[in-house]
Amino acid sequence: MYLMSKIKQVLLVLKPGVVTLKYPFEPHPVAKDFRGQPSWDHHKCVGCGGCAAHCPARTILIRDVCQDLRVMYYDGSRCTYCGRCADVCPEDAITMTEQYELATNDKNDIGVNMELFMLTCQRCGRCFNMETTNMIDKMGLRGFKYDNLETRAVISKLTTEQFDPKMLEESDRFKRPQK
Amino acid sequence: MLAKLCKKAFPKSLWVYHCNSGACNGCDIEILNVLTPYYDIERFGMKLVASPRHADVMLISGAVTRPTLPLVKKAYAAMPEPKLVFGIGSCASGGGSWFDCYHVTGGADKAVPVNYIIPGCPPKPEAIIYGVALALGLVDKKASPVELKQVEFPIDTYLKNKAFEERNVIYQVLNQ
Repeated sequence: MYLMSKIKQVLLVLKPGVVTLKYPFEPHPVAKDFRGQPSWDHHKCVGCGGCAAHCPARTILIRDVCQDLRVMYYDGSRCTYCGRCADVCPEDAITMTEQYELATNDKNDIGVNMELFMLTCQRCGRCFNMETTNMIDKMGLRGFKYDNLETRAVISKLTTEQFDPKMLEESDRFKRPQK
Repeated sequence: MLAKLCKKAFPKSLWVYHCNSGACNGCDIEILNVLTPYYDIERFGMKLVASPRHADVMLISGAVTRPTLPLVKKAYAAMPEPKLVFGIGSCASGGGSWFDCYHVTGGADKAVPVNYIIPGCPPKPEAIIYGVALALGLVDKKASPVELKQVEFPIDTYLKNKAFEERNVIYQVLNQ
């Protein structure tokens, strides 16, 4: 009786065979719609900063180093791979790849550094439309920029409703800081 | 270099101590999943032990919270040399969504020195196996930093507009 049960057990085990995955020696495909490391397409990106504003872990950082250069840094170490950046991107520049083999001994290995070339408005010298009528919108737009304060003083006065020829002259005399 | 050193330092089976420092249990479930027959980490001689005094490797999951910080430090100190520390999940590797909260130290590397990080929320069991295999020197590292640049000729817009004004006839007519 005991032997019979053992034989039965052996037969039961033999039926499925080896189930263990041979993973690190053989590649293992991921499931459909798996969200791995996000990848940026720098040809499509317009630099709106929507991904940085929506990231729950605030792992996408945006800095404006000068008037026409915006630097985006994705620090992958605290990314939760939620895919909100890909959802919110208006140009579909962000795609969630199937890359999950991200184990490293260095945190900088899973970062993406992107330099974006921004065109400035020829009227006001800014990247954004400053002709918004809503005051709250105006404040929101100005908060994203880190230029020098002198330019800001001239520009913010120029973009108000009243036109002042003296101001225009002052802005003509204003020389842009050289790179 | 580090892989070779690891091979020399750990010639025998690694015993793993699993330390939850305020995780949501997602990473812990994935760690236990790795020990099941389907993924079977015991192929590499790994075994889960209950005490840090028996362990070679500490797996930290969760952003180290303020109450668990002294306990994590104690567990790390109780492990015999040489020791490896794995940060598993986004919380342990960088702090996750709680990286700047008042009650969180912001990642395992703020509490104890971390040798390897496995990001993911939670990481796939395959990703954990990949990290282990990376530490053992069985696979090559695939992650590398990415540098992207928009290749556009940096024309100074102000100079460009000035040149346009000078060349354009309409502006000349208007100015007269």
